[in-house]
Amino acid sequence: MKVPGAWYLALAAALFSIGAIGLLVRRNVLVMFMCIELMLNAVNLTFVTFARMLDDVGGQTAVFFVLVVAAAEVVVGLGIIVSIFRRRSGATADDVSLLKG
Amino acid sequence: MIDWFVFAVAAVATLSGALGVVMSTNPVHAALMLVMTLFSVAVLFVAQNAHFLAAVQVIVYAGAIVVLFLFVIMLLGVDKSEDMGKERLRGQRPLALVAGLTVLGAVLLLARSEWVSGAQSAAGPLGDGSQNVEILARSMFTRYLLAFEITSVLLVIAVVGAVVLVGRPATPDAGTPDAGTSDAATSDGGTSAPATSGAGPSDEVGS
Repeated sequence: MKVPGAWYLALAAALFSIGAIGLLVRRNVLVMFMCIELMLNAVNLTFVTFARMLDDVGGQTAVFFVLVVAAAEVVVGLGIIVSIFRRRSGATADDVSLLKG
Repeated sequence: MIDWFVFAVAAVATLSGALGVVMSTNPVHAALMLVMTLFSVAVLFVAQNAHFLAAVQVIVYAGAIVVLFLFVIMLLGVDKSEDMGKERLRGQRPLALVAGLTVLGAVLLLARSEWVSGAQSAAGPLGDGSQNVEILARSMFTRYLLAFEITSVLLVIAVVGAVVLVGRPATPDAGTPDAGTSDAATSDGGTSAPATSGAGPSDEVGS
């Protein structure tokens, strides 16, 4: 017997909110990035669940594009983090509050 | 029965991994907890007949992105524990908890209702999962071909951006202004006294 899609959707919602809370609470920039990955995974799980529920391949195609965008985002974000840490070591998100710097 | 068992185990692993990412003070532990969450999500993908996406999830996310995270953690030397005891902004954590629970409640409230019409979209049917790769590939290389090619442009832009961001700036003594002036000096004085003007830059290099 298949698990109903609503269970997957509830799990994805819980995963998304855990990621959102972590993004708001944590101050380490790398951990904040990991929380963004958690939220992206929750969205991917929702897409796959709806693709199964509605018998539609568009959901899985969207997940593929989300994966590509997530990879590009991680590359650019980690580049920004490396360049920030090169300027000042041990920086948290609170220390980078200035645009000019 | 076995579906429920797989779902329960994967759901517990997913949520505990996510909580581990949020709560662990050491960034390395957070990255390892992220691996657990990503693997569990891949298991959930398999349980929903998305076999290709499960493979890509393991290869790209757990295999490449988390390794990139760990690489940056080790490169920057930020693997020391963070002081989670005090909160810098007063009332940040209760407000964050309220915001997150509001998101959760809103999503669950929306999930209760029937918002879908059940009409078939333009993307085509998914099938029973026995031909997942073929169906996904046919959709991607016909209907979504333009978007697929645009993602390649996006990846090139990301690579160039990363190189520009992380690459070290040129060292000041080898910078362009000095070279430009010395070149101008040699070109100006080249007609009158080529020997002395040729000796000028070599002296600069030596000093």
